[in-house]
Amino acid sequence: MSDLITNGRGLSLVPKSDVALGMKDFKSDQEVRWCPGCGDYAILAAVQSFVPELGLKRENMVFVSGIGCSSRFPYYMNTYGFHSIHGRAPAIATGLAASRPDLSVWVITGDGDSLSIGGNHLIHALRRNVNLNILLFNNRIYGLTKGQYSPTSEVGKVTKSTPMGSLDKPFNPVSLALGAEASFVARTIDSDRKHLQSVLRQAAEHRGTSLVEIYQNCNIFNDGAFEQLKDPAQRDEITLRLEHGQPIVSATKAVRRSADGGIEVVARSEVREEEILVHDAHRADPTLAFALSRLDEPAFEHVPIGVFRNVDRPSYDELMAAQLEEATAQRGAGDLDELLLAGDTWRIG
Amino acid sequence: MTKQVQQLDRVIIRFAGDSGDGMQLTGDRFTAGTAEFGNDLSTLPNFPAEIRAPAGTLPGVSSFQLHFADHDILTPGDAPNVLVAMNPAALKANLSDLPRGGDIIANTDEFTKRNLQKVGYTANPLEDDSLAEWRVHAVPLTSLTVKALEGFDLSKKDAERSKNMFALGLLSWLYHRPTEATIQFLETKFAKKPDIAKANIAAFQAGWNYGETTESFSVSYEVKPAKLAPGVYRNISGNQALAYGLIAASVRSGLPLFLGSYPITPASDILHELSKHKRFGIRTFQAEDEIAGVGAALGAAFGGALGVTTTSGPGVALKAETVGLAVTTELPLVVVDVQRAGPSTGMPTKTEQTDLLMAMYGRNGESPVPIVAPATPSDCFDAAVEAARIAVKYRTPVMLLSDGYLANGSEPWKVPSAAELPDISVDFATAPNGEDGTTFLPFARDPETLARPWAIPGTAGLEHRIGGIEKADGTGNISYDPNNHDKMVRLRQAKIDGIAADIPELEVDDPDGDARVLVLGWGSTYGPIAAAVRRIRKSGGKVAQAHLRHLNPLPANTGEVLRSYDKVLLPEINLGQLALLLRARFLVDVISYNRVRGLPFKAEELASVIQDVIDSE
Ligand code: SF4
Repeated sequence: MSDLITNGRGLSLVPKSDVALGMKDFKSDQEVRWCPGCGDYAILAAVQSFVPELGLKRENMVFVSGIGCSSRFPYYMNTYGFHSIHGRAPAIATGLAASRPDLSVWVITGDGDSLSIGGNHLIHALRRNVNLNILLFNNRIYGLTKGQYSPTSEVGKVTKSTPMGSLDKPFNPVSLALGAEASFVARTIDSDRKHLQSVLRQAAEHRGTSLVEIYQNCNIFNDGAFEQLKDPAQRDEITLRLEHGQPIVSATKAVRRSADGGIEVVARSEVREEEILVHDAHRADPTLAFALSRLDEPAFEHVPIGVFRNVDRPSYDELMAAQLEEATAQRGAGDLDELLLAGDTWRIG
Repeated sequence: MTKQVQQLDRVIIRFAGDSGDGMQLTGDRFTAGTAEFGNDLSTLPNFPAEIRAPAGTLPGVSSFQLHFADHDILTPGDAPNVLVAMNPAALKANLSDLPRGGDIIANTDEFTKRNLQKVGYTANPLEDDSLAEWRVHAVPLTSLTVKALEGFDLSKKDAERSKNMFALGLLSWLYHRPTEATIQFLETKFAKKPDIAKANIAAFQAGWNYGETTESFSVSYEVKPAKLAPGVYRNISGNQALAYGLIAASVRSGLPLFLGSYPITPASDILHELSKHKRFGIRTFQAEDEIAGVGAALGAAFGGALGVTTTSGPGVALKAETVGLAVTTELPLVVVDVQRAGPSTGMPTKTEQTDLLMAMYGRNGESPVPIVAPATPSDCFDAAVEAARIAVKYRTPVMLLSDGYLANGSEPWKVPSAAELPDISVDFATAPNGEDGTTFLPFARDPETLARPWAIPGTAGLEHRIGGIEKADGTGNISYDPNNHDKMVRLRQAKIDGIAADIPELEVDDPDGDARVLVLGWGSTYGPIAAAVRRIRKSGGKVAQAHLRHLNPLPANTGEVLRSYDKVLLPEINLGQLALLLRARFLVDVISYNRVRGLPFKAEELASVIQDVIDSE
């Protein structure tokens, strides 16, 4: 992994654990109840084995979720957890993170939860830049309600609710997040633990909202949705790795500036090394990151994976705390008697 | 010329003008002078929902009514004695409320042909005899103001804008109000524009002098100060009192206040007020929508804050699912509903008591929540402290039902000292509570209150998960066990019902103890009901009065009180919502009196209703 420059403040306010914790410390005593073979298992294991290395106090970590298969996640983490209601996890986590800068707050959500019923909260969390890590498990289907198409399902998806095929164009979560002024946007995949963990690490170290789209296989209702990215025969060809400071390439393809001012994917053999676009996750202007997020149209011909954008911007909780400090510095801490007696008063008797 | 001074025991003035005429400011300043003078008072602003409806039209009329007296009063008054009409629209919109014989002070300059036409007057009512039954004082307020400001370097338009201060000066003379505070106020308000400050002060003084010299007013009036209980007083509106109550609750609980809110009439002023007091450690979060407002408040409560959300009816509808989540996760939360006329958007600036059943039942599943309702504008302070007390002690969302009438109305308030407010401090869980000494049971309960422990993130050893799925008693683990669910449903209900032992009994005001008719009320109807009851008693009638502050649970003696009267009359600004609850619960044949006009009851109206019930005995 390239040594990414991060804003480094991500975890600075969260107390460090005095003792070394291991994966088992983060496993709760609850039986995990996803369908056998579900991609959620791999993500859970990746998270449980990754969080100890952050070195944080376990009691200062909170997992907040909405509703959906993925949203059962907090029950399995031996930290504080809040399994809330459909779509609202970013709102609930915002209140928590904004009032408790000493917590490492993780939102676990799915494509239906965050992009359909909770779309509004997601975009506002991103623009506000509250100190949250949002893990969006994208399986492109509604699992818990047994298989309706979701806002990330491809057009024409035949499901129980769309027997003749779905009509609406899906969201691209990375494009959406970039359009919503997100300061950290990444994509990874359930089956690649090493990549998943490297992205999570960068997300954790970022202070502000980080959105990580995780391609997750629902083997019951949408099996093989990301097969091309997993199939050893094609994955290296399709996957464009985004690493800060590195040229954007797959095994056989490369990204370069196109003549019309955009970017294009070409055979590696056709470009000179210096023509290949070098990834800059810290670019202030998000337009190039956005252009990268569009490369998976048409679907899965080539798919960028990694951190699209990682820029430093004050987080909402820090700004909010700063206003309280400023108000107190200017006029002193609040005094209730003084407040109640402020303004026009008069005495009787 | 020495003018006659007449003594009055009370006066009701209504200032009315175009929304751009500054009537609310004029009313506020007259109120401040009146408060300073020591009268008891009560105010009622009335403004259009539109920010600036077309000038000079009926929908654009904004008014402010002030009742002040030499004794304690309970309402802003049924009908004004004096109407200040800044234009024909203001006259037309308000004349029907002014009893014959009342005074009209009209700004003749605005009674132009065009303005008269705008509101459908074919002739100038100030010039024909259509107002013969009132005492009309025709005053060219605008031109007098412009004239008074001739020496100032002001455009005509700017000079004209000071006409409300001229009117205020005139009324201040007419009722012997002190002037210093208003002058000081104008100096502060326009500190950055000293010219405007001077012009407004000059207009104010010119208005005063005009009263002194003109023949149009031969009498001025004096209303002696009222004898109120000793103490320090200030004038306060319901929304401000409610905001202060929340701050007080934060201070007295030791919990930082987190407000998640979305702007909505008539609740927004609470958000505005709280956002000014960051040095109390208050975080105000203007959310993307109503749902996020309450969600963030609940998230903050999970983290150990005093979580509050403020809204009005349509917002409560949107927040229902999250309130249900707070019910089942048993986290403290204060939900403030400043009720307004509905359904749907209804009449946003008008008042109603129509959200009681929504507060009570407007969620899926069995999801009981305590409900507290303030009775007067200043009582919003105590009611907010009480709502927070119940929320943090019982780990439950609490609905606080204010309304538009309380929110914008104001009255003198005897300011309490912080130390005399209840101590509502909380003990967070700090250690495992399981029998083995190491496990934490997030849904084990305090045997007395049935409240569960509040263990906040950052507390080592108490890591636990909560959520909307049914929880096993004690452990809080997910449970679909039928008997456990039945048990949890009953436990949650029992917890709320048990609060009845922790609230005062319903007090009955029945001076002679022999009334056979009880008038019961809740919320903002207190003032009009109490004023009506006074009228009945003054005329020799017997009636008892009781007012409910806690709507859920009801005070333990409620049934007993209801049953001890032959008749129970219950006026509500809805179609009988509390009546429905009381009939169902106590099988008492409550007599409802309902009007849903977006306006408070009038004392006179209620007095005649009470009299009818007494007479039917
Ligand atoms: S339905 Fe799909 S997403 Fe849900 S648990 Fe089963 S496999 Fe996983």
